[in-house]
Amino acid sequence: MSAQRPESTQGSERVQGSGSAPKPGCASKPERVIGAEALVRCLEEEGVGIVFGYPGGVALPIFDALYSSEKVATVLPRHEQGAVHMADGYARTSGRPGVAVVTSGPGAANTITGIANAYLDSIPLVVVTAQVATAVIGTDAFQEIYTTGITLPVTKHSYLVKDVAELPQTVKEAFHIAATGRPGPVVIDMPVDVSKSEIDFAYPASVSLPGYKPSVRGHGRQVKEAVALIKSARRPLLYAGGGILAAEASRELKETAELMQIPVATTMMGKGSFPEDHHLWIGMPGMHGAKYTNFAITETDLLIAVGARFDDRVTGKLASFATKARIIHIDIDPAEIGKNKVADCPIVGDAKNVLSSILAELRKSEAEPKTQEWIAKIDGWRKQFPLHYGTAQKGTAQKGTGQAGTGLAGSTGTSSASGPAVLYPQFVVERLSALTKDRETVITTEVGQNQMWACQFYSLREPRTWVSSGGLGTMGFGLPAAIGAQAARPDALVVDIAGDGSIQMNIQELATARLNGYPVKVVVLNNGFLGMVRQWQELFYGRRYASSVISQEVPDLVMLAEAYGCFGIRVTEPTEVDAALLAAFEFDGPAVVDCRVAPEECVYPMVAPGSSIDEMLGGIPGGPVSEMLDDEVAEEVQG
Amino acid sequence: MAQVQHTLSVVVENKPGVLTRVTSLFARRGFNIDSLAVGTTEDPTLSRITIVCSAADASLEQITKQVYKLINVIKVQDLDPAESVERELVLFKVNAPAERRHEIIEIANVFRAKIVDVGRNSLTIEATGASDKVGAMEDLFRAYGIKEMARTGKIALTRGREN
Repeated sequence: MSAQRPESTQGSERVQGSGSAPKPGCASKPERVIGAEALVRCLEEEGVGIVFGYPGGVALPIFDALYSSEKVATVLPRHEQGAVHMADGYARTSGRPGVAVVTSGPGAANTITGIANAYLDSIPLVVVTAQVATAVIGTDAFQEIYTTGITLPVTKHSYLVKDVAELPQTVKEAFHIAATGRPGPVVIDMPVDVSKSEIDFAYPASVSLPGYKPSVRGHGRQVKEAVALIKSARRPLLYAGGGILAAEASRELKETAELMQIPVATTMMGKGSFPEDHHLWIGMPGMHGAKYTNFAITETDLLIAVGARFDDRVTGKLASFATKARIIHIDIDPAEIGKNKVADCPIVGDAKNVLSSILAELRKSEAEPKTQEWIAKIDGWRKQFPLHYGTAQKGTAQKGTGQAGTGLAGSTGTSSASGPAVLYPQFVVERLSALTKDRETVITTEVGQNQMWACQFYSLREPRTWVSSGGLGTMGFGLPAAIGAQAARPDALVVDIAGDGSIQMNIQELATARLNGYPVKVVVLNNGFLGMVRQWQELFYGRRYASSVISQEVPDLVMLAEAYGCFGIRVTEPTEVDAALLAAFEFDGPAVVDCRVAPEECVYPMVAPGSSIDEMLGGIPGGPVSEMLDDEVAEEVQG
Repeated sequence: MAQVQHTLSVVVENKPGVLTRVTSLFARRGFNIDSLAVGTTEDPTLSRITIVCSAADASLEQITKQVYKLINVIKVQDLDPAESVERELVLFKVNAPAERRHEIIEIANVFRAKIVDVGRNSLTIEATGASDKVGAMEDLFRAYGIKEMARTGKIALTRGREN
């Protein structure tokens, strides 16, 4: 992979790494270097083209070594949390481990949210934290914290390098562990004296980890059993998660779905693993899934979970989740199988390998799809209960009935004669989806309503074009993640769908985008509230908006964008949306679109916490599904 | 679900911090450790951690899988008491005025325990055995007054199956 060095240098701050003396080539011949240089050589050997790093006292040797690297570019964020989210966004869009480098103490402490975020979403990261000298570890030295201790519960593994001789092996292992099996973040804590000690550098060719042998291939007998279940199912459903993306198994997923005509629901983490304009795609399940998606899960007789973990945001009340179904659970992590839901057919393995084996068996046995009626049933629900919006301002003009995946049904964006048009946040997302339909686009999100509307109304087609904080739900993730995504895919249009609350959590990274030439676009669905908190307060706390009122006016996001040297534009009317988005896209640099949207719009439908997923608030009335089945299906269900 | 006591034998790489990784995992996933013993194995690069904990079967399976996922963990076994040998070591310092010393020594002999220290008013007794034997001794010595007691965690091995 070539170094991801931004072309444009719009500001005074240059990405480091150019113009220094040429480095000797291959590492196979031992060479005397200091630990910090050895670390950089290791990164080069791993093909790392970019690191996101914030320096500090004990990290200086490492940054000094990075400064002379011809192959590794260094991007300076404005906060260590930003550095880790950037590495995360880079990893999600490139499929390669992201790398962040920070100093000890507060630098390391500031990475915790980013590391935890990557841990819960199984994203491969290598985070190098500098540490105080080995001689003073444990003495509460200046900027000392017990980094491997505080990161322990949120890392896949971690290392404290006490001897420079262990460094190359450690880095080799760290990358191997981060990227294989169920991916995750690995921390390397590097004391400053280790960074300065000399070593004859040679990069090891292999790792030796007797306790780490992920099962990649599914068990043959289990695969045969799964195939038998698939062949006999009348109402099968694929429930695909982030494991599809991690295993690069999108093609196998599509082939399986098409061969047996099995509808596919993708989780938020699995978005992009299956084209959302495909007739077999039936949406995202769970708390803010479409009714038809959740009804399908409730009625399926065979739930095929692939790389998904039955998270509570998907299952709602676990006891009533997919109760009519046999369950095939395919996951590379044996601990996920049976954790929340007992599987009738568990298969431990890599999604790509297992789906390939299943496909091969299905083809060998010339299995025929039997799902015509089932698909017709789901399509009926889809027509009856589409995603729609416009609940907050009843009686006003614009009502969208858009469906994720099919774009823009119903919304026009024009004012009616009866009054001023309301700018709905969903409409903005729909327009964004329509306007980016024919160009390479990566969508990142913040967390909350903005994220759920992005899930519902943006239609994704390609793997690794969706970057969103799932497990941890980290506000402030979207902007730095967008910068990382832009670094991985310089030619893509990268758009952060943001809320006015979340964007302020890492707004400082606009400077990073501006000065390093990453032209990311931030579309803020500005409703003046911490919107999802406000929604829960409206629904479950008697509209007592405790600490959820922020402001649509403060800060002035347009002026703030301009203060950072970015393009800022405000949208208050539906008719202005297209022009503002296009102006932002066309601007040669980062841009902020401040959309002043309907303040009290809710994300619907919604499964109240603790409810069954077929009992949904909002949306088109109707349900739970069992009351709406026609006699034929009802008979079959009961039978 | 019924909580059952299990003995987990966890073989790990003998490296710094590995015990913390294992025990903090128990804490994080909400498991209480009843007893813990750690020492090297026949191979000095490996250590054996013996953990006694109470758990329902389903949650035990979950914690076992989570422990197994740790990079430094080589092997996890849930030992079947019928198929394994288990031992604990206890030191009792028992109140022993001269007139009652004889009785206490008798009890120790019955359990094949050893007197390892004799004080003016106390006897220190070393005993090994399975948990129930150790518990039975403790019960008997309580009648005399146990001044102090130290008890190791349980260690265990599966029985030889060579034959």
